[in-house]
Amino acid sequence: MIRVNDLRRSFGDLRAVDGLSLSIQKGEIYALVGPDGAGKTTTLRLLCGALQPDSGHIHLAGIDLQRQTEQARALIGYLPQRFSLYAELTVLENLRFFAEVRGLPAEEWHPRSSEILDFVGLGEFADRRAGLLSGGMKQKLGLAAALVHHPKILLLDEPTGGVDPVTRQNFWQLIIRLLRQDVAVLISTPYMDEASRCHRVGFLQYGRLLIEGAPSEIVSRLEGRVLELVGTPRRLLKQIASDDPQVQNAHSFGDRLHLRIAAGSAETVMRRLGSAIAAQAGSIERLRPVKPGLEDVFLDLLESAHAA
Amino acid sequence: MRNTRLFSLIRKEFIQIVRDPRTLYITFAIPVIQLFLLGYTATTDVRNVPLAVFDQNRSPASRQLLDAYRAADYFNLTFDLDSEDELSTLIDSGEARAGLIIPPDYSEKLLAGEKASVVFVLDGSDPNVAATSLAAAELIGQNHSTSILVERLEQRGLTDAFEPAVEVHSHVWYNPDMESAFFMVPAMIGMILQLLTSMLTATAIVRERERGTIEQLIVTPIRSWELILGKIIPYVALALFDMIEVLLVGTLWFGVPIRGSLGLLLALSGLFLLGSLGIGLVISTFAKTQQEATMLTYFTMLPTVFLSGFMFPLAAMPAILQGISYFIPLRYYLIIIRSILLKGVGAELITTEIIALAIYATVMMGIAALRFRKRLD
Repeated sequence: MIRVNDLRRSFGDLRAVDGLSLSIQKGEIYALVGPDGAGKTTTLRLLCGALQPDSGHIHLAGIDLQRQTEQARALIGYLPQRFSLYAELTVLENLRFFAEVRGLPAEEWHPRSSEILDFVGLGEFADRRAGLLSGGMKQKLGLAAALVHHPKILLLDEPTGGVDPVTRQNFWQLIIRLLRQDVAVLISTPYMDEASRCHRVGFLQYGRLLIEGAPSEIVSRLEGRVLELVGTPRRLLKQIASDDPQVQNAHSFGDRLHLRIAAGSAETVMRRLGSAIAAQAGSIERLRPVKPGLEDVFLDLLESAHAA
Repeated sequence: MRNTRLFSLIRKEFIQIVRDPRTLYITFAIPVIQLFLLGYTATTDVRNVPLAVFDQNRSPASRQLLDAYRAADYFNLTFDLDSEDELSTLIDSGEARAGLIIPPDYSEKLLAGEKASVVFVLDGSDPNVAATSLAAAELIGQNHSTSILVERLEQRGLTDAFEPAVEVHSHVWYNPDMESAFFMVPAMIGMILQLLTSMLTATAIVRERERGTIEQLIVTPIRSWELILGKIIPYVALALFDMIEVLLVGTLWFGVPIRGSLGLLLALSGLFLLGSLGIGLVISTFAKTQQEATMLTYFTMLPTVFLSGFMFPLAAMPAILQGISYFIPLRYYLIIIRSILLKGVGAELITTEIIALAIYATVMMGIAALRFRKRLD
């Protein structure tokens, strides 16, 4: 449904998107993750034609976005990062406006709006001004406006930013229900737990994909190379772990430390850390290999990209 | 086929206008407030100039002269002085704007049939007031002198002999009482039309960008021209409504006449508005925030106020400024609206101005259409 070839876009000296290629099937959710400024928002804006690429090609359901812009746009539902509906209009007036300008016939917009409002759970707020909605409800209304014309391609730019955990759950259930309607979804998110729910994940850095694949594939790169360490005193543990020659990096995750180690060194490292910590009167609660998360992989990629 | 997209855009814009108190205030309250302010303050009529009198004669004759000054409402005889020093202090402090000094021998000379003279002192720091006061003071003096002369001749039984050699009969056309409001109200309408429409259109478009709603609009199949028309139509309607509002206040309150065809005036105002909307559209393609748009609009105001004949007569300006004034659209509109309202002329006498406005509207809309892109970059 979405095919992107060698897409490039610069702002002055800054290469925001630098040779990006993507392919997303219908019924698939693809997550773009990456640090701030990696080019996620620019990519989504290029994909909906809000920005012109310097070079490269975008095909949406086989339609060339540069040549047949309006036909291609008719397929897109876009949820920008910022709330982008009219604060002075009510929920229903917003939906009506976007349904009408997207060419929904007069007799269709009302049933469709009710349907979509019930779908996102805003049915009872139809007559409230959009500006008076809470953050989470605004996002849902944004999603409703993006969905009102039955799009085949959904572009969501950090849709759950600033939204409470319950609403986030809700939001994901909505997106998963959409997939049954053969929609292709491209979502940008800073949350790794959200990314790991997607079919495929692409990690963007300096406008380029560092890695792409199913979350399980991606984490398998670090299989057997992540140790979890819990104990006291934490600062001492981190110090000792960082000094170990086969520990490449130690990151704090709440009360735990994740140690990334050289391949095949788990046994040796565990033994060496055990004695070193005991020697300095530290205590270990837990020290064991764990299944790596996406975050471990991305930190690894970021550091090796910096080193390079 | 009805264009649903355009219709939806216009309806959306009207809902926004109606629900935004700021826009409503700018649109309906400000023009009337400005009209009243300018109608009363920007008057070039000179009335009630505070006059200090140093009457050294204090005779029935000198009192007669003062009565003549009192009778015309140009002067208020506020101060009765005992010395010339007092007069200069009062004029220095600005409490009096003019002074009249009557010499001690005023009545004696008159009785003797000689020429009596009085001194009129004037604060020239405001040339407008000074020029009018001076003319008024001389006129009052001459009239008084003529009536004394006639009296003398009558006493000598020469009533028939007195007949002035030349008499100028003056007729002031179109505005016989020379009311400033007649001049200011049409100018205000022009000013309001231009400022309001260019500012509202510019901010209405920039607001979409500032609030991010443009991102959602871009993804819809709305064409650029539909977006432009969707902004223009509501604000043209609003501006014409405004114009009628100001015109009503002008006629009912200030008594400004409508001597020509109202239909012609509305049609030509529409033409003028297209150009102003074009300015607004062009500004919107430069400005990133509503504040910037407002600032840029005010920037276009300055030359418009000074070089359109809005307040200051163009004929008195240096040639180069007069040359620049040909590029100020309000210049043409002011001629049109003053001609239609005050002189009641038809289109055939103002064709040059109509053509100038048409060119201007075409050029502004052309630039706007070239610069306006339905994209973020």
